[in-house]
Amino acid sequence: MDKKELIYQLKQQIIKQLNLAGKTPEDIRDDDPLFVEGLGLDSIDALELIVLLQQEYNIKLKSAEEGQTIFRSVATMADYILEQQAGAAN
Amino acid sequence: MEQQDIYISGSVCISRKEVRSGDAIVLEPGHDGDFFSDIYEKLDINYPKFFKMDALCKLGIAAAHVLLNGFDKSMYQPGEIGIVLSNRSGSIEADINYYESSKTFPSPSLFVYTLPNIVIGEISIRYGFKGENAFFISEEFDPEWTVFYVNNLMQHQGIKACICGWVDVEDGALDARFFLVEKGKENGINFTADSLKQECAAG
Repeated sequence: MDKKELIYQLKQQIIKQLNLAGKTPEDIRDDDPLFVEGLGLDSIDALELIVLLQQEYNIKLKSAEEGQTIFRSVATMADYILEQQAGAAN
Repeated sequence: MEQQDIYISGSVCISRKEVRSGDAIVLEPGHDGDFFSDIYEKLDINYPKFFKMDALCKLGIAAAHVLLNGFDKSMYQPGEIGIVLSNRSGSIEADINYYESSKTFPSPSLFVYTLPNIVIGEISIRYGFKGENAFFISEEFDPEWTVFYVNNLMQHQGIKACICGWVDVEDGALDARFFLVEKGKENGINFTADSLKQECAAG
């Protein structure tokens, strides 16, 4: 799966996992901030994103601080997933 | 402040069959599709966080939405508006959903609803209420206790307006009976247990 496909899949998964009623993947830009402005997610949503990474991609965050950069946008989430998958494959 | 200076200024009852405000039927939800999506749209709730909530909070938010239509909260300080609710089933639906999720990946967003008083928090957040609140568990709605407790808040805790009543969800059955009670706002409906029983029975 390339980055573009992964980003689209992530948007679908975020909408479903976080019950973002009325949102479509097309409503979320790749670089939109996920928290505060942009999608306006909150701290409980951050926990759900951690669960999503674990559930769908078998990736466990090493520390809470990592989340601040990983969950900046859908694009940064995709970068992190691809990086982890490449690391696991090597 | 004597008890007779406290009045019921609004009431709302929600079941799967109907949404009633006082004697008027506001909405008869359709039988097809999701009940909460239906009333969200038809009651124009316009609060996207609604869809993240468990059924108990959705029911409470919907009841408060209808109850507070026309309520001028600027008449009161945030700390003067209280909420006193009760039910039979606690947060059983959220408890079961969370338990099921915990078999694979425990869901934080389900976990946060595993206390029944969260519905009070959700209503308080939406409307900016910061007054005293309480959630009681009882087998049936207890008008005598509700009147006693709300009177006490109004006489001793600085509360001047209060949402009180019953909100229960179990096995798909929904039952919300909300009352808006205000101090000194005379309208002829005294805040007594008999008045609450009559309001509940009106539908």
